[in-house]
Amino acid sequence: MTRPAGQAHGHGTGPALADGRRPGQGEREERRGRWVGAAMARKEDPRMLRGTGRFVGDLARTGMLHAAFVRSPFAAAGVSAIGTSAALRAPGVAAAFTAADLGRPYLLATLERDEFVPTQMPLLAGDQVRFAGEPVALVLADDAYQAEDAAELVEVDWAQLPAVTGLAAACDAAARLVHPGLAGNCLVDLLMFDDERLGEIFAGAPLVVDGEFTSARVAALPLEGRACLAEWDDRDGQLVLHVSTQIPHQVRSAVAQALQLPERAVRVIAPDVGGGFGLKCVVGREEVVVAAAALRLRRPVRWIEDRQENLAASFHGHEQRYRVRAAFDSRGRFLALDADIECDVGAYSAYPFTCAVEPLMAASELPGVYKVPAYRARGRAIATNKAPTAPYRGVSRPQLVLVMERLMEKAARALRADPLELRRLNMIGPGEFPYTGVNGITYDEGSYRESLDLTERRVAEGGWPAERDGLRAAGLLAGIGYACFSERTGYGTPTMSQRRMRMTPGYDTAQVRMDPTGEVIITTGTCGHGQGHETTFAQIVADRLGVHPDQVRLRQGDTDLVAYGWGTFASRSMVIGGGAAARAADAVADQLRQVAGCLLEASADDVELREGSARIRGDSRAALPISEVARVVYFQTHTLPEALRYGLEARASFDPPGTFSNACHAALVAIDPGTGAIRLHRYLVVEDCGVVINPLIVDGQVRGGVAQGVAAALLERIRYDGEGQPVSTTLMDYLPPTAAEMCPVDIVHLQTPSRFSGTGAKGMGEGGTIGAPAAVLNAVNDALAGLTAGFDHIPVLPEDVSAALAGEGAS
Amino acid sequence: MKDMHQIRLRVNGREHELTVEARRTLADMLRHDLGYTGTHLGCEHGICGACTVLVDGSPVRSCLLFGVQADGTEVSTVEGLAAGDELSDLQRAFSDHHALQCGFCTPGFLMLAEAYLTERASVDDLTEAEARELVASNLCRCTGYQGIVEALLATARSRHRAGGP
Repeated sequence: MTRPAGQAHGHGTGPALADGRRPGQGEREERRGRWVGAAMARKEDPRMLRGTGRFVGDLARTGMLHAAFVRSPFAAAGVSAIGTSAALRAPGVAAAFTAADLGRPYLLATLERDEFVPTQMPLLAGDQVRFAGEPVALVLADDAYQAEDAAELVEVDWAQLPAVTGLAAACDAAARLVHPGLAGNCLVDLLMFDDERLGEIFAGAPLVVDGEFTSARVAALPLEGRACLAEWDDRDGQLVLHVSTQIPHQVRSAVAQALQLPERAVRVIAPDVGGGFGLKCVVGREEVVVAAAALRLRRPVRWIEDRQENLAASFHGHEQRYRVRAAFDSRGRFLALDADIECDVGAYSAYPFTCAVEPLMAASELPGVYKVPAYRARGRAIATNKAPTAPYRGVSRPQLVLVMERLMEKAARALRADPLELRRLNMIGPGEFPYTGVNGITYDEGSYRESLDLTERRVAEGGWPAERDGLRAAGLLAGIGYACFSERTGYGTPTMSQRRMRMTPGYDTAQVRMDPTGEVIITTGTCGHGQGHETTFAQIVADRLGVHPDQVRLRQGDTDLVAYGWGTFASRSMVIGGGAAARAADAVADQLRQVAGCLLEASADDVELREGSARIRGDSRAALPISEVARVVYFQTHTLPEALRYGLEARASFDPPGTFSNACHAALVAIDPGTGAIRLHRYLVVEDCGVVINPLIVDGQVRGGVAQGVAAALLERIRYDGEGQPVSTTLMDYLPPTAAEMCPVDIVHLQTPSRFSGTGAKGMGEGGTIGAPAAVLNAVNDALAGLTAGFDHIPVLPEDVSAALAGEGAS
Repeated sequence: MKDMHQIRLRVNGREHELTVEARRTLADMLRHDLGYTGTHLGCEHGICGACTVLVDGSPVRSCLLFGVQADGTEVSTVEGLAAGDELSDLQRAFSDHHALQCGFCTPGFLMLAEAYLTERASVDDLTEAEARELVASNLCRCTGYQGIVEALLATARSRHRAGGP
């Protein structure tokens, strides 16, 4: 199960990493414990490989009804009547519900800020629909085929209205309002930072670079769409939901609020979840409607989203425009940065984060790894008649990194400077941590400079320039691009509270318990869905209790396990959930040491827990199996002092301020000038997420993230036509990358332990996605240097390249 | 009226006889009528490949076939790959190379790769480019594909060393 120690750092996983151990420079620490740092194969794998994983769609109940939603065919329309009688007469149909039938329940996500306009998201739309695909009714039948048939028989009187389909249209003074009274269709308008010196600085600056940077709307696209099975449990007095979600407790809160139930009367279980990427860190109205139907009918109800619903009617992300100007001194040092950020967030604010999550993140974190002395940032969320948005992996940071990295390239070009030197000149340097930026954020220790230096060296040593020249000699356009960034991860309420959400996320709680056979159960409020938490949590706890990870089991994704938890998003779980588990494990380890000390007639301070035994340091004969210690605690508890009796368990919470991971990415692309096709040839990530708990899993997260970032740069785009009709509703129109679009991703780890995480780990679930768009776009622009003005939008598609090369100025 | 048909087929070597509606997909029939829920549905329009199973040894998208079309065939699903508690070499390679994260697409990739490795007489000369092309048949949103490509190559090499599949 475990790789040999020599490969324990995760470089034994394939030809791409054949160089084995990394060079010493910049590398801080090797493996931290017996298990932390080991490239253990995942405990999750066997059931997934056998097909015995348990996803919502695999669960069925006797008498279960299948749900199908009736959805709006228009982006904007009035609804004057909904007729369900024909549907109710259809074969197998048990019930149909409209908003009126359910008492018009809704979700409301709120920020406690004057600049924020709260808007209700009805579970089912009532007299008005605000995007194509919005649900207006629910039909329930004995099987899913019958439910879909009957949904087509629901008669709705629509009165189509002009749709507001983009930023320009929404902000037009004559625009129709997506919500009544929503001035300028603006859901939030935040002047996050301002500096009265800005005018003067820009007027006197030797160099001003400006630009407009845009990113298209994309879909998170987990392979398993959303899904929910709801049933009433009369014995426990609970509405029990199995939901494909990243945030079981927030689904519980939403259901309780919308259906006016106490939270204890709702239990939400996330079984195996087939990917989330942020789509499932918001509460879908369909999940709550299904719960309402199950409560009404006292029958189990299951809904499985199909791919068309997922692409057209769930949540999107990333549709943003940045209008930015930056002032530099004559050497290329930042003097000031001024940004106007607009996010097309669609028709509704998603629960619980609200639509402000994108502009807030963008405006507060734009400076990134660079020292910016003066800063102004305005961030807006604009409502349109399109599907609402959720915090997709990276949340604005793919865009803001793209903006900063493009600014570096543009300034370097204007100054005829080396763009990497310009980055070094502006970057927070090795001796400057902790660094508090103009945005009020304190950046903890990282390896910003080292990761850039190492990337540059690896690119040179790896023969990238020669490969680029070879591609050029073969008639292709080829270029190399870089991106430097950091990402705040694992932030609890000290940081989350700055957003002023009515529900402020961030802490988490874990319990560690040892059973009478010495086996360990961890419960946590985080909710892994592919990140391998069952493995990494076990590694952390096994080290602290001196047992094998095979003896440690993680239980998660069940609101009845933990009083409250915040699930898995924002690269939080290993830092916060893992930190809480580490604390709880330390407390259980203390209990074990005390009992063992008592049994071995030694001081607890002299007891160490290793390899399944409690031993007295320096006395190899004095040892007890940990399982024997556990047996005594439970079955001979009367022989122990009162304070040590009745169990081995501890509960701990953790609520850190956050810690910054960092990385440098490099990409080599080649462009066929005939077709405009862009192909990825090489990709390198030098990343620092502090102490690596499991390098196999870290590498997997990086590679998967890079694929999503590359896709955002070169492939993926949710399109709407001028009337607000979604055009990208199948996987023939919306193009996630296949293996053919990807190349191997080489990874080098630096480890700067975090002071804020308890384990030294930093979060790293999003970094791949954050860095890739900028690195790829810079590579594309390097390939086209001198031929086009350069692209500042993503995705860059073959037709953009062809048009630019033909002199049509697509950029 | 439902248009019902009585069919017989073998799944992972086991005989099944059932009555199935004409329009019911093979995927739904396997999952919901016969209980082989290891076969997953990712798009239901034949692109993602999560529902890939083998019908008489050939990989098919089970979302694009009707159950009645499998009458008289031998179907292989992910549940049939392991020998009892023992994972197959391909399954072990997927774990060793971290070729899965959420695991939802995994059964489709396993069946696709198994069919390829079984069909191709000699796989010792399988190149990275060929492996990548095969893996490009299906979609994975978690891994970036590198682990899947490596698992396929490793299994091809080990089967060759062991003297064929």
